[in-house]
Amino acid sequence: MIVSVASGKGGTGKTTVTASLAVSWSRPVMAVDLDVEEPNLHLFLKPKVTDTEVVTLEVPEVDESMCTYCRKCAELCQFKAIAVMGRAIMTFPEMCHGCGGCMAICPEGAIGVGTRELGVMERGVVRGTLPCLTGRLRVGEAMSPPLMRHVRSRMRAESAAQSLDVLVDAPPGVSCPAMSAVADSDVIVLVTEPTPFGFHDFKLAWEAFSPYEKPVAVVINRAGLGDRRVYEFCAAHDLPILAEIPYRRDIAEHYSKGMILAELDAGLGDLFSKLCRDLRELAKEVRNA
Amino acid sequence: MREVVVISGKGGTGKTSLTAAFAHLAESKVICDLDVDAPDLHLLLDPAIIRDERFISGHEAVIDPEKCVGCGLCASMCRYGAIDEKDGVYSIAPLRCEGCKVCVAFCPEQAIDFPPRHCGQHYLSQTRFGPMVHAQLFPGQENSGLLVSRLKKEARALAEEQGLDLILCDGAPGIGCPVIASLSQTDLAVVVTEPTPSGVHDLERVASLCDHFRTKVAVVVNKHDLNPDQTSRIDALCSEKGYTLLALLPHDTAVTEAMVRRQAITEGGDSAIATKVRQAWQGITNLLHS
Repeated sequence: MIVSVASGKGGTGKTTVTASLAVSWSRPVMAVDLDVEEPNLHLFLKPKVTDTEVVTLEVPEVDESMCTYCRKCAELCQFKAIAVMGRAIMTFPEMCHGCGGCMAICPEGAIGVGTRELGVMERGVVRGTLPCLTGRLRVGEAMSPPLMRHVRSRMRAESAAQSLDVLVDAPPGVSCPAMSAVADSDVIVLVTEPTPFGFHDFKLAWEAFSPYEKPVAVVINRAGLGDRRVYEFCAAHDLPILAEIPYRRDIAEHYSKGMILAELDAGLGDLFSKLCRDLRELAKEVRNA
Repeated sequence: MREVVVISGKGGTGKTSLTAAFAHLAESKVICDLDVDAPDLHLLLDPAIIRDERFISGHEAVIDPEKCVGCGLCASMCRYGAIDEKDGVYSIAPLRCEGCKVCVAFCPEQAIDFPPRHCGQHYLSQTRFGPMVHAQLFPGQENSGLLVSRLKKEARALAEEQGLDLILCDGAPGIGCPVIASLSQTDLAVVVTEPTPSGVHDLERVASLCDHFRTKVAVVVNKHDLNPDQTSRIDALCSEKGYTLLALLPHDTAVTEAMVRRQAITEGGDSAIATKVRQAWQGITNLLHS
C-alpha cells in the first residue's frame, strides 16, 4: 500500500509524521520524499546514500545545417522554447517542458535530443534496512513535476518488485506538484494544525484531492493551539481524525534537533504505532469495500 | 518604486503573519499575495473584492469521442502519460495534461480539441491597510508562475496609478516556478526561517536561488529560542553570505492568537514580539533606501 502525507499549508508537520511512520511501520516499507523543491525527510531519517542519479529532461538540440526555417517546430511549441526569426533558429531550453513535439514534427529531422538537468534522485538506506528515495530539484530549475515523475516511477518499480509499502512525504499546496505526489496513493493523510491558516489550507487540500476518491485520514498537529473549526469540519464531513499531536514546547525542541518524534517518549511512540495500524486498517476496508 | 517579497523555502515558518504585520506598518504600498496555490493573507486582511477576473492560461487537449477512431497514436506520443485507454476508448486526464499540443497536431483524424484553460481567478481588493492584489489557482493547475507574474504586473500598474512607492508581497514556499517568478524585479527577498534542520536547509536553498537571480537577501529567524545552536548557524551563514539578519523573533503563541483574532501581530498593543517585528520592518526600510 502507498500512503501519502500531504497538507495544503506548509510547515504543519508532514515530514515529522512521515519520518515517525517510517520508523513505526510494522511491514517492510520504503520512505519517499517527493517534496523535491525543499526535501527534508533525509534530515530526520538520515539515510546512508548508496546511489545518486542525475535526472534530466529531453530538450531540443537543433542541427542548423539541416534546418530549412519552416517554423513548424516554433508554431507547435506552446512554451516559447523554440523560435525562428528569418534565417535563424533559437532554443530556450529552460522554457522547455520536454514534450518532444518539435523533434517529432521537424520534416528535416534537424532536431535532436539535448538535455537539461532537473536535479538528482538519491537512493539510500535508513538504519540498515529501510530504503529511502529523495528527489532534489536543482536550484534555479522551475519545473518539479518531471523530476517527481522520475522518482515516482522508481518508487513504483522498486516497491512492487520487493513488495514494500510506501510512505510519501508530499510537497505543500494543491497545485500540480502536490496533486501528482498523491496520485499513486491508496490512502492520503492530511496533516493540519487547528489555526485559521491551517484550517483554510486543509479545506483547499481536501477539496483538491476529493476527485481522486481516495480515503483521507486526518492528523492534527499542535493540538490545543488555535480554535476548534477543523474538528467541527471533520465531524461534519465524516473525516476520521486518527491522531492528535499535542502542542508542546519539548516536541518543537526535539524537532529542532533533527530527531524523530515517535522516539521522543513512549506516549508518542504508541501514538504513531496506533496511527500505523489505523492506516493499514483504513486501506484494508477500502480494498474490501 | 520598490518591491519586497517575503519567502521561506520551508512552509509554515511565519511568512504570512509577518507580511500582514509589514502591511500594517508600511506606508504607501500595494499588498500582493503571490502564494496563489494556498493563499492565506486574505484571512488576516479581510479584503473587499473590487474586481474579479478569470485567469486563462495555456490550453488543454480534449478528445472528441465522435471523431476518435481509437488508433492510439496520441497515447503513444504523450510524454506525460495523460491519455487513458479503456476498452479501446481514449480520453485525456486534465490533471496530467500539460497542454503541449502534440496529440492535437499529430492526430490523423483531427479528433482532439484544444480549448483555452481556465486556471484560476485573480482579484483586486481593498483592505484596511490599502489596496491588495491576490488570486486563487484552481487545484492541480500549472502556470502558477504565470499567475504570479500577472499579479506582480497588476500590482505595479496599481502602484503607478495611485502613486504608491512600495509593493509588498507574500510569497510561496519552495524554490520552484512560482517562487522564481516572484523574484523577478524584486529589490529585496526577506527569508523567514526557523532554527531547525529543515529551516536551515531550506533557507540555504532558497537564498542560493536568490543569489542565482542576484536578488538581495535579508533573514528573519522565527522561534529563535527553540534551538540556540541552530540560530547561531543561521547567524554564521548570514555573515558568510552577506545576508542581513533582520531580527530574531521568539517562539510565542501571540502569533497564533493574533491569527485567530484575524489581526496582524503589530495591531492591538505592543507585545515583545511586535516590538521585534517593528525593528525588522525598520531594517527592511533601511535596506530599501541604502
